[in-house]
Amino acid sequence: MNRMSAIIEREMRKFFRSPTLMVMSLMMPLLQLVIMGNAFGGKIVGARVAVIDYDHGPEAVRLRESFEAVAANIKTFKTIEYKDELQAREDVRTGRIDAAVVIPAQYSRRVYSQDKPQLGLVVDNSDQFMSGSLEAEMQALVTALTTPAIQPRLANSIALEIVELYPYVNYMKFLLPLTVSLAMYISVMIGGGMLYIDDKARGVHEGYLVTPITKFELVFGMNIAGSMKAVLAGICITVIGSLMAGLGVIFHPVALIELLCLIVAASIAFNGMMFLMMVRVDDPLVPRAMFGVLNTLLLYPSGGMYPIAAFPRWLQAISVIDPFTYCVHGFKAVLLKDGGIVAIQYDLLFLFAFGIGTLLIATPLFKRTL
Amino acid sequence: MNAAAINGGAPEKTDAIKTAIEVEHAVKRYGSFEAVKDVSFSVADGEIFGLLGPNGAGKSTLIRMMTTLIPLTGGRAFVAGHDVAKEPDAVRRVIGVIPQALTSDPDLTVEENLSIYAKLYSVPKAERIKNIAEVLEAVDLTKWRGAQTKTLSGGMRRRLEIARGLVHNPQIFFLDEPTTGLDPVSRIAVWEMLDNLRKTRNLTMLLTTHYMEEADKLCDRIAIVDHGTLVALGTPIELKHSVPGANVVEVHFDRETNEWQHRLEKLEGVTSVQAESAGFYRVLTSSGSKTTMQLVELAASLGETLTSLSVQNTTLDDVFVHYTGRQLRDEQVKPAAFTMPPRPGAQP
Repeated sequence: MNRMSAIIEREMRKFFRSPTLMVMSLMMPLLQLVIMGNAFGGKIVGARVAVIDYDHGPEAVRLRESFEAVAANIKTFKTIEYKDELQAREDVRTGRIDAAVVIPAQYSRRVYSQDKPQLGLVVDNSDQFMSGSLEAEMQALVTALTTPAIQPRLANSIALEIVELYPYVNYMKFLLPLTVSLAMYISVMIGGGMLYIDDKARGVHEGYLVTPITKFELVFGMNIAGSMKAVLAGICITVIGSLMAGLGVIFHPVALIELLCLIVAASIAFNGMMFLMMVRVDDPLVPRAMFGVLNTLLLYPSGGMYPIAAFPRWLQAISVIDPFTYCVHGFKAVLLKDGGIVAIQYDLLFLFAFGIGTLLIATPLFKRTL
Repeated sequence: MNAAAINGGAPEKTDAIKTAIEVEHAVKRYGSFEAVKDVSFSVADGEIFGLLGPNGAGKSTLIRMMTTLIPLTGGRAFVAGHDVAKEPDAVRRVIGVIPQALTSDPDLTVEENLSIYAKLYSVPKAERIKNIAEVLEAVDLTKWRGAQTKTLSGGMRRRLEIARGLVHNPQIFFLDEPTTGLDPVSRIAVWEMLDNLRKTRNLTMLLTTHYMEEADKLCDRIAIVDHGTLVALGTPIELKHSVPGANVVEVHFDRETNEWQHRLEKLEGVTSVQAESAGFYRVLTSSGSKTTMQLVELAASLGETLTSLSVQNTTLDDVFVHYTGRQLRDEQVKPAAFTMPPRPGAQP
């Protein structure tokens, strides 16, 4: 045990003596949280929408007034008068405007005669987020205009009452579970993967191997040290990230214990996975090349950014064995939903089992000689 | 392998001398490539033993086999009486190893580096504190004990490596090119330190080096390894005597004639004559003084003028080149356009 503690001591002293490394391993996930949280979380404001009015009737005026109301209040879009539909289409194509609404001739007459009145909406669907937002806004507007001013005594349509279980979750909050997971992964990647291979290349391991330290002590010493670094990174990002995203869950003792359990389990899982991948690698360039691929392979299928249900089968299969999936799910359950231990029990079980399993596979692969 | 040199260099097998290292027919193969071929030697207790050889000769492989870092493919090796293949942990407890690279952690202090290595050898706390103080004193780094390793000079870092290898009081010390990359002053300081350590701690040392002067000054016996084979073994003096010609006479005549080569070869004690350039000859002889006198008399009787004349003793450089040849090891991979002329007396 004394020999194992020597390995841990060395790793931890190195960790605290390299503040740049520490800061960098925490900075990237935090930056991602701030940049992505704001970049993806916002609503469309000030889109340019052309209006081509061939009708000029009372209903067309009513419609244009409602457009003005949107421009003045929620500011999703502002309208620009166009005379020529072809010119408007061309301008949407070239990006001078974002969409065009065509009010056809006889629109007002068709509204009054209830003869299937139609409006045209030209959108640039190469930008799905913009086109989707404008379509939704226009649809809401049209629905509002066609709703009778006086409601019938008996409603003939089915109404859906939506009950939201949790307060509004903005994108930064939504992204926090992934950010915490990513911070631990980066810490393991740098502190457990790259440094391990660099130490090998520098001959530090050769120094260990000529001492009477056992294989078990060496493997577990390095992995405990790697996990401790990831736990520290996880705690830092959970606290800082929660404060930045405005989540008060870190002030609840029970939630804190649940978070700590998750951080420890995830650190062991990530570290075990990293050690298994690096156990036979000697070339310092390999982890650097590998980690770029791993980021994509593990991060996106985790459900941290997009729902797993939207993935094709093969990607869903990856997410089943991806420790990120359980890590993100667990943090989401505690940070955003206050789900309690019941909500994270399977995540904890998987992460601990994954970590121990990978270490059990990696230990026999670890060579006690050069 | 030079039988005379090896027989002459064998340690005396008496009961009084204990064997610290015994290597018997060691073989190391990597696939079809044989890095070490049937090497045998022994190192006596308290001896400083040098392994010399060109790059890729198999020195580091031999050291790594003896320090349990790589398994032997064939043969056996015993360190302090323990079989390296069967009792690797027992071997590791009695050895200290200084690798070629500087592997002390640059972010840790001198004392922390030593402390961590003492812990890896399970040295108890009280003993650890005492040992660290002693080895720091021995390598003259006491006042730098709190300094981060990255702030030390190359020579100081090398001394730290040596201290690290001693912190658990080993019986046998393996040093792989301990002075590579050091300036001449630091190198001499390391030699003096190793010599003192041997005297004060009765350490057995096995070192590899490229520096002939280092081997000559430090080592009681030297083994020359080339192409994975032991080509010579003996004390530095024995090895020098094993090379044909005890002295090298370099002579430059004012006027070149075709007769000089023949005339020089006929002088007493001369073993070989090499024409280096016009009128310039290197003469290997068993007696430098006798040959010099004869040469001067011969020149005077013929009315020839000597521009310069020098007599040198055979050095370990001559021994090294004699046994390993002058061919650069890189040339073995790619045929060279130019081949250095062989030194007189050198084996093909």
